[in-house]
Amino acid sequence: MSSKSAVQQSPRSASKFGSYLRRTWPLYVMLVLPIAFFVIFRYLPMTNIVMAFKDYNMFKGVWQSDWAGFKWFEKAFASKDFWTSLRNTIMLNFLDLLIGFPAPIILAILLNEVVFYRFKRVTQTVVYLPHFLSWIIISGMAFQLLAPSSGVINQFLVKLGASPVEFLGDKKLWVCTYVVLGLWKEVGWNAIIYLAAISGINTELYEAAEIDGAGRFRKIWHVTLPGIRSTIIVLLVMNLGRILGIEFDRPYSLQNTSVMDVADVISTYVYRVGIRGLQFSLTAAVGLFQSVVCVIFLLTANAIAKKFGERGIW
Amino acid sequence: MNTARNTQLAEILMETERRRRTSRLKTGDYVIAAICVFLIIIYLAPFLNIIARSLSSPNALVNNRVAFWPVDFTLDSYVYVFSDAAFSRSLVFTAILTAICTCVSMTMTILAAYPLVYDLKGGKFINLMIIFTMYFSAGTIPNYLLMKQLNLLDNPLVLILPNCLSVFNMIILRSFFFNIPDSLRESAELDGAGPVRILMNVYLPLSGPVLATLALFYAVGRWNGFSDALMYITNIKYQPIQLKLWQIINNRQSIEIASQEGFTTPAASEGLKAASVMFATVPILVVYPWLQRYFIAGVTIGAVKG
Repeated sequence: MSSKSAVQQSPRSASKFGSYLRRTWPLYVMLVLPIAFFVIFRYLPMTNIVMAFKDYNMFKGVWQSDWAGFKWFEKAFASKDFWTSLRNTIMLNFLDLLIGFPAPIILAILLNEVVFYRFKRVTQTVVYLPHFLSWIIISGMAFQLLAPSSGVINQFLVKLGASPVEFLGDKKLWVCTYVVLGLWKEVGWNAIIYLAAISGINTELYEAAEIDGAGRFRKIWHVTLPGIRSTIIVLLVMNLGRILGIEFDRPYSLQNTSVMDVADVISTYVYRVGIRGLQFSLTAAVGLFQSVVCVIFLLTANAIAKKFGERGIW
Repeated sequence: MNTARNTQLAEILMETERRRRTSRLKTGDYVIAAICVFLIIIYLAPFLNIIARSLSSPNALVNNRVAFWPVDFTLDSYVYVFSDAAFSRSLVFTAILTAICTCVSMTMTILAAYPLVYDLKGGKFINLMIIFTMYFSAGTIPNYLLMKQLNLLDNPLVLILPNCLSVFNMIILRSFFFNIPDSLRESAELDGAGPVRILMNVYLPLSGPVLATLALFYAVGRWNGFSDALMYITNIKYQPIQLKLWQIINNRQSIEIASQEGFTTPAASEGLKAASVMFATVPILVVYPWLQRYFIAGVTIGAVKG
């Protein structure tokens, strides 16, 4: 069809274009479904973002509803719950970063130092596993393990003469539990990328260091760590870029009413107030605020990562 | 096949390396081994605990006698959970859903990744359009409204279509395709093969491991999927296993038959919760060996090549 209009313009380029199309049309046909997917399920919902600036009325629909300007943003910024969820999002992500970021590096170096090959394989198999379990499963296991009276950890504490601990009912302990469970689930998976980076280090460097009389720690400090430095920097920057984004399943599955002050994050706030509470415009405004800030952070992070001579995320 | 041989080769190399090294083992090596044992215990203990609880009698659970080994061994919890019509239907539904989702997703991923290997006119734009969605998404509420507008709420299709193509997986497959030498494609083209034949006869047969990895990623993702079901599905017929499990764990729903049989005391229902968790976990454990065989290669390609 488009080749026809090209024919009228210039016969020569048209025949070229025609043969190009004859060769490649199946490829364009293949792309139809994926493009339809992106248009319908990724770009079409973006038109609904407009509801953040409207008084959304379920019966009128998004486009027929009245304009509200920045009313919902003002409302969100004036609401205590929004600030609590924003603060919690940043706090939980920051703690995750503080503990969850160095841990996989340490684990990767540790695994790299294991001389018993089969032993290393078993450890890897075991620590990668939780990554593939859902947060619902992990929370189910955690509830049983950490329950105040019947959980095995508290049974053990009681036997030692201590009083039982409310791991998921006390606010401070909830935060700790949240971070530790995240660490337990993802540390192995996150170590893979460092292990790959370590395996790329030239083994001659280790041999040279050995000849110079370097022990285990000196080899780690002078060979391994410099070898994975760029990976560490890029991942750190990218993680910082994601500080405002938070998954839904993890906080939601661990939350309970007594810890909402520290456990309510943006994603769960949007679900609770928006979909359950039907305040669509308000939470769409919150979601838009989060998305925009996230994009700015991510693009900045990606640019910084590229500055370090790396390729960013892609 | 090639990967299998390579792993074998690597194993032999590592083994000789080990022999060379064990001749001068230091105390540090034992300390590291001890740390590994500690790690393995930390990772296996929660599993042992939940298995033990699922296999113990309610009486033993009430009296807090269960730690890491079943007490008064019984399969009652499993029998009760499985004979609950809603739960077993949810298991079957999720299994079928996972199979369909994996097929749809793999088709879509191949359809998206393969054409972008060619230097297509407009390919740059399409690529940009895809990458943009990794940075910016509409958000929970606009997505929810779209599902409502498309009449997909409470429709099982809502668990298949909206996430049937992962950009991340697409990039992994595409970079794998990029690594297949152009000369193979060109010689096939000289033989008169079109893009479709080249895909079927050259690219796909060479991509076995990466296709397996991605299929398992999609399958595990769907099996573990929770939030979409929570938001879009209220009809009990279409509740996937994670949603069901969440309701059981949080006492929003109980196992019907069991509560009729007097499993209502809190500690006794703990055994049922443990068994429910196991039902959702076991399928993952079953595919895990295959998963583990391939995912490391998949992840590193995705991370390094992008």
